[in-house]
Amino acid sequence: MFEELSNGDSFIRHLDPRVKIAVVFFFSILAAVAVRMHVLLWLLSLGILIVVLARVPLPELFRRLIPVNLLIAFLWLFLPFTFAGEPMFSVGALTVTREGVLYAARISIKSNAMMLMLIALVASTPIFTLGHAMHELGVPQKIVHLFFFTYRYIHVMHREYVRLVNSMKIRGFTPGNNLHTYRTISYMVGMLLVKSFDRAQRVHNAMLCRGFEGNLYSLSTFSLNGRDVVSLILMITAVIILGVLEWKKTI
Amino acid sequence: MEKNDLIIQLKDICFSYAGSTPVLNGLNLKLCKGNRYGLMGPNGSGKTTLFHIIMGLLKPTSGEIEIYNNPARIENDFRKVRKKIGLLFQDADDQLFSPTVLEDVAFGPLNLGKSQEEAVEIAFDTLKFLGLSGFESRITYKLSGGEKKLVSLATVLAMQPEVLLLDEPTSGLDDKTKEILKGVLTDLDLSYILISHEIDFLTDITDAIYAMENGTIHFDKEIHVHQHVHAHPHGAYEHQHD
Repeated sequence: MFEELSNGDSFIRHLDPRVKIAVVFFFSILAAVAVRMHVLLWLLSLGILIVVLARVPLPELFRRLIPVNLLIAFLWLFLPFTFAGEPMFSVGALTVTREGVLYAARISIKSNAMMLMLIALVASTPIFTLGHAMHELGVPQKIVHLFFFTYRYIHVMHREYVRLVNSMKIRGFTPGNNLHTYRTISYMVGMLLVKSFDRAQRVHNAMLCRGFEGNLYSLSTFSLNGRDVVSLILMITAVIILGVLEWKKTI
Repeated sequence: MEKNDLIIQLKDICFSYAGSTPVLNGLNLKLCKGNRYGLMGPNGSGKTTLFHIIMGLLKPTSGEIEIYNNPARIENDFRKVRKKIGLLFQDADDQLFSPTVLEDVAFGPLNLGKSQEEAVEIAFDTLKFLGLSGFESRITYKLSGGEKKLVSLATVLAMQPEVLLLDEPTSGLDDKTKEILKGVLTDLDLSYILISHEIDFLTDITDAIYAMENGTIHFDKEIHVHQHVHAHPHGAYEHQHD
């Protein structure tokens, strides 16, 4: 699922994951609150630069950008027409406003900049390293556990789902717009939920049998080296400069 | 039989899942040091339930459990039990939850209070013992069925238990993995109870095979199977004695 991306060797891959998480965190906050167009464009360029440095294969990159941009496409359908402001041109009874277009453009740039950074992060860091790094950074243990278990069992759930779908297929099930289809699909979803619940119970039992008392231990240790520190300083400085650009009235 | 050698003793255990007929009904069981029992019985005869009762995952409706001559009743008692008795689950996916093999095998020792270095060392040794050296950084969900089963066994053995409860360890395994499993269990100096439907497998690595039926184990009806199975053309089942 994620690993196919993390095989490539890159400079970013060898950075301390804690540095990566911190940078993505501050970058995302700035991208979320910034409104000035030139700041947003800088953020987008930074995102593109990082993705290039992380050597994410292009087809994979686009595949991952599709979902978020589908959502944005819907925004473009409505925002330019519904936002009050200076009219640009009219299509029939609908008027496109300058503010509406700018607003939609801002959202597009923001989300893509953030997505690029996140893709670079996930693509260059194995998921479990990410979890341990989150723990090291003081993220509550429960969230880290949730993260691990989701990752570990999403595959098992998916396999169970495929099994159910196959067993439906081999008995000649073809989905259509009828009650039989809806009933079958609801059975399948229900079965999947029940199975997940049972699975959770069994996993917990298995953990109890091995002396689980609420603590998960991490075996990985991280150490910052010179390269990590320099990268962290560079990136944080870039984010701060852009932040200053955003909040200074005139530069 | 010395009193000190008694590890597991179950007296008159009854158990039923809410709203259904009893699964275990007046079950008695004694396991002493060095005993290697095989357990057979039809599906739903309560074999897995029995294991879960011994581990304290299910609480019996009535009856007594004694482990090393100490009664085990509440969760706290069973915490100690789980340090001595290892349970190998039927489905390896239930047992392996960590991202990597090394983390999963080290999980038990860490829970037992071992330091990180000790836990990693134990994990490496256990994997080596099972012929799984080099698996340390493999991703658990990407292992094959047989590999998953052996790694699950490693996670249990890493806790250095004195007794193993093995719940259908051979189901879904190919002959080669079965042989590995057989070798490992023979080499280990452990007591165990092994649930299986494969009588050949049981005869090879257990001292006595008992049948489970109607919620109890029939110790009076030990299934005797001749060890030299191949000398008899009609196969193992022809030579049961009452």
